[in-house]
Amino acid sequence: MSGALVIFFVLAALAVLGAVSLILQRHPIHSALSLILVMVSLAGLYLLMGAEFIAAVQIIVYGGAVMVLFVFVIMLLNAGEEERTNFSKLATFAGIPLALALGGIIAAAIIRSSGHMPPPAASGAMSSTGDLSKLLFSEFVYPFELTSFLILVAILGAIVLAQREN
Amino acid sequence: MSEILAKYGFLIVPIVKVAILVLVVLTLDAYLTWLERKVIAHIQARWGPHRVGPHGLLQPLADGIKFILKEDPMPSGVDKTAYFLAPFLTLMLAMTSLAVIPFGPDITIFGYTTNFGIADVNISLLVLFAITALGVYGFALAGWGSNNKYSLLGGLRSSAQMISYELALTLSVVGVLLIAGDLSLKHIVEKQAGDLGLLSWNIIGMSKNHGSFTQIIGCICFFIAAIAETNRVPFDLPEAESELVAGYHTEYASMKFAMFFIGEYTSMIAVSSLFTILFFGGWLSPLPASWTMTHYLPSIILLPLGLWVIYDGVRYETILGRIILPGAGAVFALLGAGLFLSSTVNEVIQGPFWFFAKVGSVLFFYIWMRATLPRFRYDQLMDFGWKFLLPVSIANVVLTSAVIMWRMK
Amino acid sequence: MVPTNYYLILSAILFGLGVLAFVFKRNIITIFMAIELMLNAVNLAFVAFSQALGKADGEVFVLFVIVVAAAEAAVGLGIIILTARNRRSLNVERVDLLKL
Repeated sequence: MSGALVIFFVLAALAVLGAVSLILQRHPIHSALSLILVMVSLAGLYLLMGAEFIAAVQIIVYGGAVMVLFVFVIMLLNAGEEERTNFSKLATFAGIPLALALGGIIAAAIIRSSGHMPPPAASGAMSSTGDLSKLLFSEFVYPFELTSFLILVAILGAIVLAQREN
Repeated sequence: MSEILAKYGFLIVPIVKVAILVLVVLTLDAYLTWLERKVIAHIQARWGPHRVGPHGLLQPLADGIKFILKEDPMPSGVDKTAYFLAPFLTLMLAMTSLAVIPFGPDITIFGYTTNFGIADVNISLLVLFAITALGVYGFALAGWGSNNKYSLLGGLRSSAQMISYELALTLSVVGVLLIAGDLSLKHIVEKQAGDLGLLSWNIIGMSKNHGSFTQIIGCICFFIAAIAETNRVPFDLPEAESELVAGYHTEYASMKFAMFFIGEYTSMIAVSSLFTILFFGGWLSPLPASWTMTHYLPSIILLPLGLWVIYDGVRYETILGRIILPGAGAVFALLGAGLFLSSTVNEVIQGPFWFFAKVGSVLFFYIWMRATLPRFRYDQLMDFGWKFLLPVSIANVVLTSAVIMWRMK
Repeated sequence: MVPTNYYLILSAILFGLGVLAFVFKRNIITIFMAIELMLNAVNLAFVAFSQALGKADGEVFVLFVIVVAAAEAAVGLGIIILTARNRRSLNVERVDLLKL
């Protein structure tokens, strides 16, 4: 059991734990904290794969901006705990086994195709920040400019939505 | 010894470094509170703490004992997860950010070459920004978890302020990145190591191959944004509310408040270290490296300082002072003499000496500002961050890239 | 080295859990968070393939996914705040008629 496998299982267990906690928690703020745990463990997994810039961007943008936005909205709207209502019996007795069956089918499909998967490349040849930025500005410059325009539109939209009616 | 280090060094050395760093930083935090109270007091023409030990030097110890022994109440109706997580998160993130800061050049002990910081990652600047970004949660959760309207408002204001100034903080560093071409803090310092000493630091930015441009605008923007990030005067309205009405740490007492307190001072130290690394050359000496006589500066400073402390101490009023102060003075004098005589230790100590000298000056400047400036009102604070600091940082990026491209043509 | 399959299976598990949260939760903000979880699972798959093939294209796509998710979160939460103010409830079962 190499060190990388141990770290992978620890981080994967943390991520799955966070996701399950997202479902099981009653108060939205605890769900938000669980989602932050998932994102940080995913950033750890990206680091394990050698994608260090993406790991840093994940924490800065997702963990430090998007989730802060969620936490602010939950605090502003004073979202309370979810009420207990009766789940329909059909959803519980048919839904959960079907969801597990779906997960099983996808996992089986992945495992069956493992023979055709390309082997992981040597870790030394992994892309660094420089490689990523070279690609971003040469081959993907058009999507890059489009996404910057998209962010501008989103900012304007958020400002318009937040204006008071006067 | 070198065989043990060669085989198990990757395990032993980081543990030893972490232990030393935690010890040094916690002591530095404690005496930073003492320094702050003394400096503010002297600026305001009064003594600071001067009864607890000689010159009040044992005051941090007394404060620590108070924090440990005081009752730690927990208000009813708090959200337990958020209430307990907030101070833990603040302290943990502040101390983690110290792991990637290089305090000096690579050193070789018993044949084992190692980085002078704890972790040598090649994206250390981004790691620091990631930790700063996560630091917002400490204040937001503290405000929310306290079951108190005023704490909630203070926490939300503090988080909004931190997010706004984080943008200006990140953008003002891009100029330095353009000059250095690398995200690793160690390489940023090494890129400033021209033979011109002070002049090749990023704040003045003369260098022999014209790859550098003065970063004075970025430096000022970074410093202002850093003060706002650490919630210090003049941007401490969320904290000063605790003097007026309430702030995000009202409902926290003794040990949890101490964690917030230590977290704030540690993040101040981390941000000052980042400031000196990015703009003031980190561990580089301000004098050109070819003047090797300047390697004796630490001993030239320590030896007279030790003798003066002995001279001042033997005539102190209390008996405790007459024992402690000459003892401390003797330690300084012996250190100075030892550095003068042994040249290997002197070489190792050069980097951290200049680093801590610069960080100490930046911290003194922080404290000086706290004593002198009034604080911003909240809407003035947000206006300043979004309408002035952010455009100026962007202008700095554009200007620096234009100058570098024009010079490299 | 960790085989690529392990990352893909983890991505599938996280995506499935996101779908479960989306279907079962009734608070609109928690449903939004489930969408973010699904996007994160997809990001993990992208980076896993990028490492397997040795090219950086997957990472570029991850950047775009993160940016789009951030923009979507901003506008979506703005809409949620307005809707919650008008209907005075965050429960999706109460927002099922156009009439207030």
